[in-house]
Parts: sequence; structure tokens; C-alpha cells
Amino acid sequence: MSDFVMYEEEFRRVDEELRRLYQLANAKLVFLVDKNGQLIASAGDTHNIDTTALASLTAGNIAATGGIAKLLGQKEFSILFHEGDRDNIHISIVANKVILGVLFDQRSSLGIVRLRVKKSTAALTRIFHEMDRKALGENRGRAELSPFAEITDEDIDQLFK
Amino acid sequence: MSFINYSSREINCKIVYYGPGLCGKTTNLQFIYRKTSPQQKGKLISLATETERTLFFDFLPLALGDIKGFKVRFHLYTVPGQVFYAASRKLILKGVDGVVFVADSQIERTDANIESLEDLKINLADQGYELDRLPYTIQYNKRDLPNIVPVAELDRLLNPTKVPWFECVATQGMGVFETLKNIGKQVLKELKKHY
Repeated sequence: MSDFVMYEEEFRRVDEELRRLYQLANAKLVFLVDKNGQLIASAGDTHNIDTTALASLTAGNIAATGGIAKLLGQKEFSILFHEGDRDNIHISIVANKVILGVLFDQRSSLGIVRLRVKKSTAALTRIFHEMDRKALGENRGRAELSPFAEITDEDIDQLFK
Repeated sequence: MSFINYSSREINCKIVYYGPGLCGKTTNLQFIYRKTSPQQKGKLISLATETERTLFFDFLPLALGDIKGFKVRFHLYTVPGQVFYAASRKLILKGVDGVVFVADSQIERTDANIESLEDLKINLADQGYELDRLPYTIQYNKRDLPNIVPVAELDRLLNPTKVPWFECVATQGMGVFETLKNIGKQVLKELKKHY
């Protein structure tokens, strides 16, 4: 299984798209998580939110729902929506690879969030597909870019002292 | 599957603590949580039942330090040990970089250990992994109890490939960090091999 590597340029493009979605959907927070629960990027107010935990729980949520889908003979449930007293959260899968979460309150609506998420999903899918292509193409030249190229076993031992 | 982010200069890895019900997986994470500094750790998330049995998973993010300017973070997960949570266990293994098998040393849990280890192999295979090819450490827990199986016997039963193992008393912390360090090193060395 290949690792998930994100370079500066793609990160900038993903970040830009998340900001756009954050503004257009009038959201409180927009975040992108990989399916294993690691936060990739976010836009909005993360001040009072533990985003690491949010990422892990969101991925758990998608994984559990995916398990239900499988049981029922569905490929997946690609959109989840949780309605709260004050805040709501819209969670969807992008490019079969990452999870997009949008946190919003009464200043926005489910309709507008769904519409904007759909548009951003298309843009993000393009970025991730390009990333995949790039990863394939750069496989050979990757060693010199990798942080691991220079890391020695001693460096690793040192970390655990 | 680790996640390397060049923009935020972070390396994130996922380690899963596996083992039979009540073997001490959550206790391992709780001890690590208690003994690490606030700067190093995030919140310990436990999705548990009212009787404190793990329902879905426990999760603890841990920052270890920097290597060559990259922040190294481990995401520690436990699985629910009880047999009937099999479907949930499988999900948590998704994208795992390293496994710790926590065995319960008590004589009466011998069969449960063997069964759980088999379950681990099957669930990994379902996700396209092989235990023999993953960073893997075994922990023989509850060594302070009176009715325990000798380590040599446990090792014969549970560790045919002779991976690193540690004796542990997770409630008191004995062996907890030794196990974590060992699996952490294995995971990073494995990553290094790939790049």
C-alpha cells in the first residue's frame, strides 16, 4: 500500500479550495481528512476545536458507515449529515480517498452547503488525481526529496531516548 | 499508510494496539497519556460503553519530536477486544503502519490470545496486509498476576516468527514505553526503507 505524500504546491491548492468553500458555504469550519483519520488541511475557526480528534472521529464515522453500507450491499454512503441543536456537520467522500467535513450553523443551510460541497468536490478531485499522477511519475526521483533520504538509524534511535 | 506532509513538515504514522478483551490495550494508552507532557499529546479519545469497555476505539495522538526538520507524530489506536466487535476491529486496521499485540498472560486467557491473534491475521489480510511484513511487537501483559503462563510458553504459542516482545504490567506502566519505543522505531525504519 502506498503512503500518502503531500507536497507544498498541492497543499496550497487544497488550502485555497477549502478557503473558498468556507466562504461560499458560510461555514464555521471546513476540514479535509484522509481515510485513516489524519488531518490534511482546514479553513475557518479552529480555535476551540481539537482538530486532531475531530479528524480521527470523522474518519471513524465514515469507516463505520462504510461498514454498514457493505453489510447492506452498497458501495458506500458518500454523504453523512449530522444535525445538532446549534451546529450541523456535513461529511462527504472526495475522490474515493479523502473526507471533506463542513461545520455550519443557522447562518448557512444544508442546501447551500450541499451545493458548494458538490462544486468543491469536483475541484478537489482534480487536485487529488493530479497528485496521484505526479506521485507515479516522480516515484523514481523521489528519494532525494524524501525526508527519509537523510535519516539514519541513529537519528531514529535518538528520537526515542 | 503513513501521511507525509511537506507543507507542514509532518510525518504521521498509525499504530494499532490489538488483543483479546480486557488484555489492557486501553490501559496502555491511558498510561502513555498520563506520563507524557501536555505539549507532546492531544486528547485521549475513548469511544467506550457505560461500563468502560471499548466500543469502537481509543485514540491518542503523540508528538515525539523532530527528525531532520520533520515533526514525527504517532497516532495510537486500540481496537475493541470483545469477540462480537469483529467488524469494528477490521475498520481500525485500515492504514495501519505498525501493530502491537497485547497478550493477557493469565492461564485462562490462553485460548483468547490465540483466537485474537488469528483474528488479527484474518483482518489484516482483508485489508491487504500480512502480519509478517508489518512492523510488529508483542507485549505480554499482566506479569504481576499470580496465575500466569511463563513467558517462554507464551512466546512459543504466540510468537513463532520471533518478533520483539516485552513483559509488561500496564496498570503500573512497566514495559509500556519500552513497547511503544520498539514499535515506533520499527515503523520509522520501515518507512525509511520505502523512501
